[in-house]
Amino acid sequence: MILYVLCFALFLVGVYGLLTKRDLIKIILSTAIMGYAANLFLVLFGYRHDATFPILTEANAGQPMVDPLPQALVLTSIVIELGITALLVALAIRLYQKYATFDITKMRSLKG
Amino acid sequence: MKDQQGMSIIVKTVTRVSVWLILLYGWYIILHGHLTPGGGFAGGVIIALAFLNVMLAYGKDFTVKWLNIQFLKDMEAASITLFLVMGLLGISFGGAFLANFLGKGKLFHLFSAGTIPLFNVIIGIKVAMSLFLVVWVLADIDSTKGGEL
Amino acid sequence: MPIETWLIFTMGIMLVGSIVALEIRDVLSAIIAIGIVGLAVSIAFLFLQAPDLAIVQFLFEIFALIILVRAFIGKKAHEDSLASNKTAAVVVGVVLLAILFLCLPIFRALPPFGEPLFITSAHYTKMATQETGAANLVASIILDYRAYDTLGEVTVLFAAILGALTVLRTSRRTQKGKESK
Repeated sequence: MILYVLCFALFLVGVYGLLTKRDLIKIILSTAIMGYAANLFLVLFGYRHDATFPILTEANAGQPMVDPLPQALVLTSIVIELGITALLVALAIRLYQKYATFDITKMRSLKG
Repeated sequence: MKDQQGMSIIVKTVTRVSVWLILLYGWYIILHGHLTPGGGFAGGVIIALAFLNVMLAYGKDFTVKWLNIQFLKDMEAASITLFLVMGLLGISFGGAFLANFLGKGKLFHLFSAGTIPLFNVIIGIKVAMSLFLVVWVLADIDSTKGGEL
Repeated sequence: MPIETWLIFTMGIMLVGSIVALEIRDVLSAIIAIGIVGLAVSIAFLFLQAPDLAIVQFLFEIFALIILVRAFIGKKAHEDSLASNKTAAVVVGVVLLAILFLCLPIFRALPPFGEPLFITSAHYTKMATQETGAANLVASIILDYRAYDTLGEVTVLFAAILGALTVLRTSRRTQKGKESK
């Protein structure tokens, strides 16, 4: 259980950065941290004690394997995360070119 | 030193050899995705990193001439269409969308597992091209300027 | 040592690294700290018997670092006026800690670490090698059993990269237009 709590704490660190930081770079890093925590949480669910990795070789035939399903889901999630990071970076660069700052409180025309 | 872009001649000479080794390793990872850890995602990133290696060592202009960027863009757009076409072939030959309609082969052999290696190749091309294009576009921006638009 | 000890150690590194990444002023140091967190995730995947994920996480982390360094290096983002609001930070921190303690019963109700539910996957681990012929069960799941997921994932990646390319290329064209005038 302590592992789940630590993983959730990592997620909350990401939420903390997302809520309190005014710098666009720090906001992008916060989303990356939240992604790591979510991925790790899913893989923690699939672990079995005394089980091998889910790839069949001559050496581990017949032995119990860890759950391959969360690993397959997380594999796609990691790739999407990089795509999202690239998109956020592109938007941040565009905003920097327009306003010459990364401080979101200074981008006046974004205010409602 | 005619070519002022890029790094020194030592880096260029090493890159000339190492880029082919990195590409070979990337294709190895992609083609053995159904037997060993790896697959289309990991191998695609390795191929993109090989192209990035060339771009860092030789500069951007040389890389554009060497790689034919328009071809890379076409490959990126075509790979997702190929994925769909494979799915439709699954309908006509296997009875369901994205069905595994090829023969299963023998376990632990390179040509086995039906369509899984083909999907790995398609995904590898897709990931490699799209990630390299992102870096290629990012290389153009001037990170010191701001506030002019 | 049992695996829990190693994982707690790795997660401690990740917690410290992420807090450093968020609080440090220098941009390059923050990006390096996030790289340390990502590589620690890769090591944690190795401990959790997921070599596929470890390779992918390692490579994508390197790529993300290259993108972040290329985009953000040498920019002055941290002026003195950028220090975040202290009161808001304290309030948010207290609220998040309260959420953490309120959620503790949920984690007690989850299946304990090391004993997953293993209902759907029992079929996969038993039958996947005969049904698909692939030795790598993760590959057989993402490309055969759940290939539809992968199609959606490739579409999302295509859309995200296309968005990034469009946003950056538009700005370049306007710059060139200004220079020619």
